[in-house]
Amino acid sequence: MALQQAVETAVPDRRRPERGFDGAALRADFPILAEPARNGQRLVYLDSAASSQKPRSVIDALSDAYEHHYANVHRGIYQLSEDATERFEEARRRVARFIGAPSEREVVFVRNATEAINLVAFAWGRANVRAGDLIVSTEMEHHANLVPWQQLAAETGATLEYVHLTDDGRLDRDDLARLLARGPKLLAFAHVSNALGTINPVVEITRQAHAAGALVLLDAAQSVPHMPVSVGELGVDFAVLSGHKMLGPSGIGALWGRRELLDAMPPFMTGGNMIRRVTLEGTEWNEVPWKFEAGTPAIAEAMALTAAIDYLEALGMDRVRAHERSLFEAGWAALSSLEGVQLLGPADPDLHAGVISFVIDGIHPHDVATVLDSEGIAVRAGHHCAQPVMLRYDIPATTRASFYVYNAPDDVDRLTDAIRAAQRLFAG
Amino acid sequence: MDNLYRDFILEHYRNPHNKGYLDPHDLHFEDSNPTCGDELSMTLVLDPEHQHIADVAFDGRGCAISQASASILTDELRGMSLDEAREMDPKALLEGIGVPIGPARLKCALLSYKVLQGAVRGGETAWPEAVDLAL
Repeated sequence: MALQQAVETAVPDRRRPERGFDGAALRADFPILAEPARNGQRLVYLDSAASSQKPRSVIDALSDAYEHHYANVHRGIYQLSEDATERFEEARRRVARFIGAPSEREVVFVRNATEAINLVAFAWGRANVRAGDLIVSTEMEHHANLVPWQQLAAETGATLEYVHLTDDGRLDRDDLARLLARGPKLLAFAHVSNALGTINPVVEITRQAHAAGALVLLDAAQSVPHMPVSVGELGVDFAVLSGHKMLGPSGIGALWGRRELLDAMPPFMTGGNMIRRVTLEGTEWNEVPWKFEAGTPAIAEAMALTAAIDYLEALGMDRVRAHERSLFEAGWAALSSLEGVQLLGPADPDLHAGVISFVIDGIHPHDVATVLDSEGIAVRAGHHCAQPVMLRYDIPATTRASFYVYNAPDDVDRLTDAIRAAQRLFAG
Repeated sequence: MDNLYRDFILEHYRNPHNKGYLDPHDLHFEDSNPTCGDELSMTLVLDPEHQHIADVAFDGRGCAISQASASILTDELRGMSLDEAREMDPKALLEGIGVPIGPARLKCALLSYKVLQGAVRGGETAWPEAVDLAL
């Protein structure tokens, strides 16, 4: 297995996480990366911030679930259902451990990070936010961490304010301090910006927010797959993630929340599984986390998510981060050496995840992406579900290359060459 | 290189025909393609006697496909009656562009058509259905 090889040969000393690993050696684990792209070229997949590819072990875990371990969970009084329930709950324990949650009872399975934020906005928000209250989000958020708060504000009469951005794509800390001084109920922000790649200083910001009396919701969809994350150490109150961005299947994600907050929240959706007792007159809710899991959940997907976590833990998240940091440095250096290419976000690799968002003079990002596609390179072009970021920098869109475990310096070379080719084509 | 960017398209993109803003004008409409931020406006001047399109200009910013498509479309409009403009087949525009447009870029290619329809019909129209556009 390529993973084993990469772990053993590329980095013989696991105590030196700063060394990363050879991403090219991992590609053999990802069937889709073996399929040729256009013109028979090797596919260069640089859109993992949108969704990651899946290793064979995760694909196998999905079919293994259906072939050997499948029944509904929390229901059947028979061996197969007990087996499925145990594996489903094992996935919950593994997510909890992976994100440093104090208890697996604080991990709620949802479809994705978007649903997790909607759950909090609906269940916590409608119980706790009143007319005149303040909610603070930021200008760099994915629409998933912005639209639910707009809706909550519109329904409750609360005010929603945004922390503005500096020219190099960081949160404006003075602006943050000004807004926190107004005593918001909640601060909702991203650990890593999907559009800019900025890594926010979560511990510091959370400490400030708590001092101002605000709860903190962290959108960790772009950090949990790419770096060590411990919600306990970060000190936040809620955190959300998507399985499909961390080598897992689509259709499963998680909300983590502090137990006392989850306990006090009313349910989000109602129906089966989330109840303790139902009569025609009324219903008693189940305990957390099941109170928030109405209906049959994503059972096989949970089992496959365990396989994804196995894969990432075998690599080591500190080394995943080191690997992406070196790719970021190589990519940033290569692209900033090109004339007419502007890079967004902070240049400091300590503040920038493996996401490079850029614009090219005279070539619309969609044209860039189409030319890159013709060279077998998959990137994202558009507003990345973060239209306020585009407005802030007065650009219609950007092209975004995002790295993951299976990328390597040869991908950066292919990207750089293809950008040069696009510039030649459009220069005529 | 991808045949989407044949010389014909790039030539229209680099040196667009009918680019600008007619003032005064009889008809005006503007629209955008929110998925990529392409923006396009169109102004038309009518022949007062026959109500034919006497002059047309477009302005905007966006990708090569959207801007070249506006250049190609506006070339066809002079002398056309408003009814003829309303009845234009979007397929004809795609044929005029002359390169295969994948589903992801179809709206880029058809933004100019949608803006023209908004101008000659006096209000926003729906995007043409992809199923009707199969060439």
